[in-house]
Formats: sequence, C-alpha cells, structure tokens
Amino acid sequence: MAPDRLQRLIDAASANIAAHEEELTTLDRAIGDGDHGANMRRGFAAIEAAGAEISSLEFGAALQKAGMTLVMSVGGASGPLFGSLLMAMGKSAPAVPANAAAVAAMLTEGIESVKKRGKGDVGAKTMLDVLVPVRDAIASGDDPIAAARAAADAGLAATRDMKATKGRASFLGERSIGHLDPGARSSALLVHAICDVLEERK
Amino acid sequence: MNDCVSIVIVSHSPEVARGAADMVREMVGTEVRVAHCGGNPAGGLGTDVGAILRAIESVYGPKGVAMLIDLGGAETNSEMAIEMLPEEMRKNVVICNAPIVEGAVMAATEAAGGASLQAVRATAEEFLS
Repeated sequence: MAPDRLQRLIDAASANIAAHEEELTTLDRAIGDGDHGANMRRGFAAIEAAGAEISSLEFGAALQKAGMTLVMSVGGASGPLFGSLLMAMGKSAPAVPANAAAVAAMLTEGIESVKKRGKGDVGAKTMLDVLVPVRDAIASGDDPIAAARAAADAGLAATRDMKATKGRASFLGERSIGHLDPGARSSALLVHAICDVLEERK
Repeated sequence: MNDCVSIVIVSHSPEVARGAADMVREMVGTEVRVAHCGGNPAGGLGTDVGAILRAIESVYGPKGVAMLIDLGGAETNSEMAIEMLPEEMRKNVVICNAPIVEGAVMAATEAAGGASLQAVRATAEEFLS
C-alpha cells in the first residue's frame, strides 16, 4: 500500500477516535471504569506519532507495528485486544488484500486472535459484536464498504440489549443491559474511518 | 536467592502495587525477590505491558515467577506481557487467581521455603477456598 494511503488510514482512525473520546468515556463510565476513551485516544495518538515509520512499512508489517504500538501504550485491556486484532491481521496479510474475500479472511484471523485474548465470543457485549458481523458482511455483500458500515452500525446497536458476560461490565450483570458497549463503539468508529479512506471521502 | 520463586505484583494503582510489595517484604523478608508495577503508560490508573515485562524480567529466576494482579485489564495486559517473553521463560511465569495483597503474602511465604512454582501458586489460590 502506498505510504500516503497508510498515513491517511492512521490519521482517519486516530481522528475518529479522538473526536469521540468523550462519548467513549461516557459509555464506559456507565458499564465499565470510564477509561476507554482516554485509553483509545492515547493508543491511537501513539500510532499517529509513529505514523511516518509505520506508513513506510509493507502493509502487513505496518498493521503489526500499529498493533504492537497499541499494546504498549493503551494501559487497559483494550490495548492487547485491539493490538492482537491488528497484529493477527497483519501477520495473515503481508500485502494489501486483493479483494473483499481476502479482506474478510484477514479479519477472521484478527477476530480469532481477539476471541483467544479475551476468552470470549459474539453475544457477550464486546467488540466482537461489531467485528464479526462486519466480517460476514464484507464476505457476502455486493458493496462491501456499504455492507461493512451497515453491519457495524447494526452490530453496535445490538449490544444495547445484550447482557455483558466479559470484562468489567460483567460485574453489573443485568444492569449492563440498556447501554451500548464502548469497545463495540470504538470498533464501529474504526470501521467507518477505514471506509471513509477507502471511499476517498477524506 | 535464585532458589526461590519470585513474585510480581501488578495493580491499576502504583500505590497499591508498592504497598502490597512493602507488606510482603515486611512480613516475609527479603529472600524472595519481589517486583511491582502499577499505572498506565501515561501515569494514570491502569497497567502497562512494558512495565509488566520489565518487572518480570527484573526478578526472573530458574524457579519461575508467580504473579498477583488486580482487576480486568491487569489480567489481559499481564497475559500479553507473558506471551512477549522469550519462549523458554514463558512457561515459568504464572498468574495466580488470588486476591492481590493476601495472595502476594501467601505466595511469598511459600516461596521463601523453597517451594516449586506450582506449590506457590496453589498456596496463593488456597486463600479463595
């Protein structure tokens, strides 16, 4: 991938997280410990700070470097979770995936890594409730970008009525119902940021 | 000194981590090596994978390392740090499912007697039962 395209992906992801930091914090305060906004902003700021180095790498190596940067800078569970997602995706796809099926296959590797790291699966009110439907939509849709956006929004909305069984939110049990999951929200923000760049809207 | 399992304490709070380590030294003595870390990479509440790695490496010995950690992200970040260790060290580092302060004191007491990593972990985890 051209360095400027990677840099635009980094900038778009970082900007969308930063623009929604307060929202992520508010969501996390309701069912977690309120640090998700600041943690994600710090992680993506660190990626942005390393942007020149990351965007000079091959696609897969760049994803792995970005993932490791999140692991080392976030300070909460979302560091290893989002970090493992990117590292596994990068490991599985050394070069830019050639088509939607290859993107879905790359995302599958990332999803499996998140499941292992978080010892969870779909339906537990987590980032997986966005990532898995997005992967499925990319694999099956005629218009993968539009399908990914719609699946991210629907997946996020579905977390509202779920009962959390993973992470801090699981301490709340039934009381976690009625709130969107912050990790699902940040996953959706990243999906939209990537789609924006792919559509050249930025 | 290398004859004892070492202890690593990881808390969201630097003060809790330091306080738990102080209690171990006070109650068990200094023959068991204890490292502690707390706080996110920016200095706020949270945990830091790099700091956890350095803590493990600072006290690592042939008998291994028992870790006592607090909530949520401390566990995920500690598991991540363990996976980032060289392969030959990885299997000698375990996370104890025990309360951080009580578990650390129990684990260190057992370790001081020269017990194996498995025995140290079991003693720390007994506190729950």
